[in-house]
Amino acid sequence: MVTALLVLGILGAVFGLLLGYAAVRYRVEGDPLVEKIDAILPQTQCGQCGYPGCRPYAEAIAKGEAEINQCPPGGEAVVLALADLLGRDPLPLAEEHPKEPEKKVAFIHEELCIGCTLCIQACPVDAILGAAKQMHTVIADECTGCELCLPPCPVDCIEMLPLQPDLDHWVWPEPETPDYTSKDDATADKMRRKA
Amino acid sequence: MRRLHQFKGGVVLKEHKKDSTRMPTQPARLPPSLIVPLKQHIGSAAEPVVAVGEKVLKGQLIARAGDTISAPLHAPSSGTVRAIADHPVPHPSGLPAPCIHIDTDGEERWRPRERNIFNFAELRPAELREIIREAGIVGLGGAGFPAWVKLDPQGRAVDTLILNGAECEPYITCDEILLRERALEVLAGLLMMRHAVQAKHCIIGIENNKPTAYRALVDEVRNTGADVEVVEVPTIYPTGSEKQLIQVLTGQEVPAGGLPIDIGIVCHNVGTAYAVYRAVELDQPLISRTVTIAGSVAHARNLEVLIGTPLAALIEECGGNRQALRRVIVGGPMMGIAVHSDAVPATKTTNCVLVESAMHDVPLPSRDVFSLPCIRCGHCAEACPINLLPQQLYWHARAQNFDRVQDYHLFDCIECGCCDYVCPSQIPLVSYYRHAKSKIWEQEEEKRRADRARQRHQFHELRLQREKQERAERHKKKRTAVAKGGDDKKAAIEAAMARVRAKKAAQDTAPKNTGNLTPEQQAKIDAVDAQRAKARQTAETTPADDDA
Amino acid sequence: MNLISPPAPHIHGGSRVSAMMLKVIVALIPAIIAYTWFFGWGLVINTAIAITTALASEALMLRLRRRRLAPFLGDGSAVLTAMLLAFSIPPLAPWWITVLGAAFALIVGKHLYGGLGYNPFNPAMVGYVMLLISFPREMTGWMPPHILDQLEIGFVDTLGMIFLNHFPYDLSLDALSSATPLDLVKTELGLNNTVSEITANNALFGDFAGTGWEWVGNWLLLGGVLLIYQRVITWHIPVAIIATLFVIGSFFFLADPDTYSSPLFHIFGGATLIGAFFIATDPVSASTTPKGRIVYGIGIGVLIYVIRTWGGYPDAVAFAVLLMNMAAPTIDYYTQPRVYGHPRGKS
Repeated sequence: MVTALLVLGILGAVFGLLLGYAAVRYRVEGDPLVEKIDAILPQTQCGQCGYPGCRPYAEAIAKGEAEINQCPPGGEAVVLALADLLGRDPLPLAEEHPKEPEKKVAFIHEELCIGCTLCIQACPVDAILGAAKQMHTVIADECTGCELCLPPCPVDCIEMLPLQPDLDHWVWPEPETPDYTSKDDATADKMRRKA
Repeated sequence: MRRLHQFKGGVVLKEHKKDSTRMPTQPARLPPSLIVPLKQHIGSAAEPVVAVGEKVLKGQLIARAGDTISAPLHAPSSGTVRAIADHPVPHPSGLPAPCIHIDTDGEERWRPRERNIFNFAELRPAELREIIREAGIVGLGGAGFPAWVKLDPQGRAVDTLILNGAECEPYITCDEILLRERALEVLAGLLMMRHAVQAKHCIIGIENNKPTAYRALVDEVRNTGADVEVVEVPTIYPTGSEKQLIQVLTGQEVPAGGLPIDIGIVCHNVGTAYAVYRAVELDQPLISRTVTIAGSVAHARNLEVLIGTPLAALIEECGGNRQALRRVIVGGPMMGIAVHSDAVPATKTTNCVLVESAMHDVPLPSRDVFSLPCIRCGHCAEACPINLLPQQLYWHARAQNFDRVQDYHLFDCIECGCCDYVCPSQIPLVSYYRHAKSKIWEQEEEKRRADRARQRHQFHELRLQREKQERAERHKKKRTAVAKGGDDKKAAIEAAMARVRAKKAAQDTAPKNTGNLTPEQQAKIDAVDAQRAKARQTAETTPADDDA
Repeated sequence: MNLISPPAPHIHGGSRVSAMMLKVIVALIPAIIAYTWFFGWGLVINTAIAITTALASEALMLRLRRRRLAPFLGDGSAVLTAMLLAFSIPPLAPWWITVLGAAFALIVGKHLYGGLGYNPFNPAMVGYVMLLISFPREMTGWMPPHILDQLEIGFVDTLGMIFLNHFPYDLSLDALSSATPLDLVKTELGLNNTVSEITANNALFGDFAGTGWEWVGNWLLLGGVLLIYQRVITWHIPVAIIATLFVIGSFFFLADPDTYSSPLFHIFGGATLIGAFFIATDPVSASTTPKGRIVYGIGIGVLIYVIRTWGGYPDAVAFAVLLMNMAAPTIDYYTQPRVYGHPRGKS
């Protein structure tokens, strides 16, 4: 009995020392998990998750303060990727846009623009070209669709337009899975109504 | 006698080739209007160099090559440029693409001849490539890769130049008819290509279901004494695929993710060789090609078709009933594109127009609409010429598990359709792979955009920081200046204001759109102006403590 | 003019699941005829019972799962499962054995896993093993062929035995039935008799295997070769099973012919041939890569020999197949073929 206690105690002490040494000797500086999470996020910097940008949201997820389903522009793909990375359960998107939002790009109606630069200051990726009292225009290739430029505009001249499909960006549609469920059978109807 | 190798898998298909080889080729009727898409090749679209309303001659340059890999376009016939606008093109999406519309004047006036080359062997290979590039020649086998790029070994030695006359898809006979009627010209083109790549050996591969074409080629090779090997290969689909033909003729495999040039081989279509001959010998750019029209038409045949001819015109010329069309396939039944409208034009890569009528008089046995679950029979894996595991690709593509799909080498799939053809559960396998591939490309594109956005955002933050610092510096300087002498500062401000007034007077940069504003908008603007003024004021008076 | 624009390919070879299943069923029929010739009407009646129960069970499960009936009932897989199960059951087994086995095979062995294409285990073998373990007495009442020469047991008599437990000539099941050759060899070996002592002067044993069973085996072999010729199955699994059994069997037989039966006996005895060509080749539960199929076949061969010689059951095909079904996904993972353009020696 005493031998058992002694042996286990010594083993525990030995392994404890080993682990402690390893924790100090092989410590990793910084938090690479945040980098990995940030790499998955879509970088729209729109703030819809409740954090001022993608990096703060990534840090919050790593700390465990935020859920993984708060990013509407990322959609389901990002939720699943984050779930995979962190070993958490995937959740449905928390926002009121449950399905993947259509990709939109901001467009300034030039006949209405007054050159106030408020939208330029608002854009988190500097995608609007212009200067005070000069015409403003959105660089469509750089716009992430975050919509942060819409509220500040005093003349409401910015509109979000959906991206037009073109040959270069067309995606082959997924083939439809055949519908194996029976629809016209009376029995099947009865069973469905019961459920 | 060359020893042939056989690739694994493949399927034997019913040929349906006799009908369209009964009549010789003849030029198609000149249509009233030609629609020339700006992108008929792999690479960037061509850029128009003509304007609407301009008159063009046959063979005149109408669009120059784009910035990256590209090919120029030439007017297929003389006429007037009616428009440069979107028009449906042969693409599975049915989306339109920019095209140059030419109204033909019926005169077919050629542009003046610019070159007369008596002996191509005296040209340097680079010069020969330049001629081929300027003629707008792209791979006529279906891929449309600019030919001059493929003929540029970039310093690597080319052991074998292979000419692909296999034409393994059913119904298509344009290469066969070309070899029957113009074997000598094709051979000439081959020798020109050989000079361009300085290849040691030349092989022409042709399927053994084309004995007349084979004999024609062999006769010409014997007559001219050319050092070219003409080899018959077994008729199995997809022997005409570049990777498979190279394996059959040489036993070597193109490395995954690589090109045939990596193993010292260059492979071109026989039609491309003929186009090279026309460009070098006759100074004719690529403006027409042989097209097979087959299926539910009264006279299936091959025609010499001008690029830009609407398919509807070709169908009518061959006796097809446009009112009863069910499906029009550009290409063959295994890999062709079913177009959304018969108004689409024939392009440089259109080798066949396969017509299916609503009367179902021509057998195009399709799979059932209702497919059963996969029974893991493995017939697809037996049929795959690349030796992939299609059922694994199918399971993972269906589960949207794009990482696993790539573990099974999805991007090695050549989309030949053999797996689909043999599946007893009638599953549309290739559609799943195409979907998976385009989703993966889309994801990579998204990632690239996200990386750019992150970079821009980081710079945005950096810029704001920098501006903050610069403002703090300026204010510090101003503080010291104010401490030194107040009048100097006032004078500096006066001078600055005077400069601004002068500038304003010089250019009329008074802002527009500030005429009729609603009271709310005006109020907002006033608020902003006030804020700005206040900010400026506080910056002047309390420099220690500022924020943007 | 409304053009349809489905994606390529626009033609299909016409291969169908129902056609494949039909070919397998047709390949099994000569063997069934031979079996009936030697062992009476029992198999035919059991087959009929099994097919009816199988289709009924499948229909019930499809309804419960709210699936369409027509494409799945008509694909022939339930009928094939039923026929293979009936082949494995003694011809005089009571009707409720067959019903239970077929229902279990279809419901638990196939539909609880998701139906066609989703079952990891061979459904017929699942049903058979359940019966064997639960009802050992009914499942070991096999008939010897020479009984038929002595007694006239007609169709109606057989029906009576199966449905009503009514035996003709005032016999009982025990009197009618006897061990199969494999059974006999196992028990007698346990009693320290040599193989030659067992097989000599025993009408149960024919030229190289059990009487009657030899003929059934021949027809199964022919049917199997026909299937390979028609490209319904590939040669890998049958050849691997038979070759492995032959090699291992020869090795032990040459070492000690008194304790170990000849390899031909192993191949033509029991369910080896039907297992090699018809049961182990069930595409859904078997391995799918060519190399994998050979490994799978070798595994089954080894297991059959081991269980028969040293294990607790006289025949081992069902257990061997089910055990290798478990290993099939792993075998597939490690035997992926080399893809065109990729270097040799890498996966």
